[in-house]
Amino acid sequence: MAGLPNQTEKLSLDTFLRGLWEENPVFVMLLGMCPVLAVTNSTMNAIAMGLATTFVLVASSVLISLIRNLIPKQVRIASYIVIIATFVTVVDYAIQAISLDLYNALGAFIQLIVANCVILGRAEAYASKQRLHTTLVNSLGMGAGFTLALLSLGTVREVLGNGTLLGYAVMPADFQPWVVMILPPGGFFVLGAWLLLFAWLKQRRDQRLLQQEGAPHAG
Amino acid sequence: MSDIASTPVAQNTLGFRMVRTLGAIAMLSGLLVVLVFQFTKPIIAENQRVAIEQAVFQVVPGATSRSDWVLTDSGLATSGSDGEVIYAAYSGDGELKGVALAAGAQGYQDIVKLLYGYDPSCQCVRGIKILKMTETPGLGDKIAFDPAFLANFDTLDARLNGAGDGLANTIVAVKHGRKTHDWQVDAIAGATISSVAVANAINRSLQRAAPLLQRELDRIRTQTNEGGAD
Repeated sequence: MAGLPNQTEKLSLDTFLRGLWEENPVFVMLLGMCPVLAVTNSTMNAIAMGLATTFVLVASSVLISLIRNLIPKQVRIASYIVIIATFVTVVDYAIQAISLDLYNALGAFIQLIVANCVILGRAEAYASKQRLHTTLVNSLGMGAGFTLALLSLGTVREVLGNGTLLGYAVMPADFQPWVVMILPPGGFFVLGAWLLLFAWLKQRRDQRLLQQEGAPHAG
Repeated sequence: MSDIASTPVAQNTLGFRMVRTLGAIAMLSGLLVVLVFQFTKPIIAENQRVAIEQAVFQVVPGATSRSDWVLTDSGLATSGSDGEVIYAAYSGDGELKGVALAAGAQGYQDIVKLLYGYDPSCQCVRGIKILKMTETPGLGDKIAFDPAFLANFDTLDARLNGAGDGLANTIVAVKHGRKTHDWQVDAIAGATISSVAVANAINRSLQRAAPLLQRELDRIRTQTNEGGAD
């Protein structure tokens, strides 16, 4: 049971960048939609939620990678859940200690990080098979990608829905806020718009690749 | 690896390994959670104290210190008893400026919870602060910050009736622009339900609390350690 040497990944820049772009947990894998839609009504909430999720993701992935050879595979999911729940509880207390206002704004969604499928998905698909340092880098990348996605929703929703960014007014004084943007439907609108953009970028890139492949054949 | 022992021993070993792994993980998790809980407990308690203090001083203008009391049906009890916690707030020289009470009523989406300051000397409400609400952003949530709405509570009349067992006038919300008396709350246009919730919460709370407070005023008039001040 000395690991699975053939499948371990070599550490490279791509280990980190994949989470940001190619395998972005929100825009590409469409995982963890619940906090994505629920707590992105302001930039501050998005940052806090992103950081909290990143912490749980990194800490649990690292621990799982560290003890991956000690966990019998029959009880692996149970072990992952206990480990994830522990770090979620840690974050829960930490946020209460840092700021009660923030804690009240995020509400039940801190505790619900435990059910975020990005984290369990990473534990099962990556951390349980890879070595410590690649797991650390990869989960940092995934966390950054998740935070980035929350941020891209949060900023758009706060600017359009409230006319502010991080609480500071950024729109002209006569700007009429689109209240719908900070209501739940706004979350779906903005997420849909971002997904459309990502799908369009991907399609354009695929077409270009196709043309490049076709060029020598035509010539 | 003899054939005789292979199956039962393998089973036992696996079962033992499963229990051992889960047990160890659960123990470590428990230890970590307890450590973090112990470490953050005083910080969280301090945060909560500061949050309450700020809210109390906001709804009772001029207050700089407070002492906690418990309001029961038979009167005031010292802090720590069962019942509704109220906060007597005092100025720098120890004079009672008002009492902060918590209240709640059903709003548009969920319960609106608020803290309000009651001044026994003018028998009026001196300020409110919304503690928790999920009213519609852009409409109902204005109850928390709309200056014209909050001005209703600068001196909201809450006189006792002749018998001294309730308020002389029920505190009610009226439609925007129809306020004619000091005990009425001018509702926010487009947020009538949320405004009504605020008025109802204060009315229900004061109908019970104002007579009790007026009767027991002497006990809280000057700041003593009896009430368990911090």
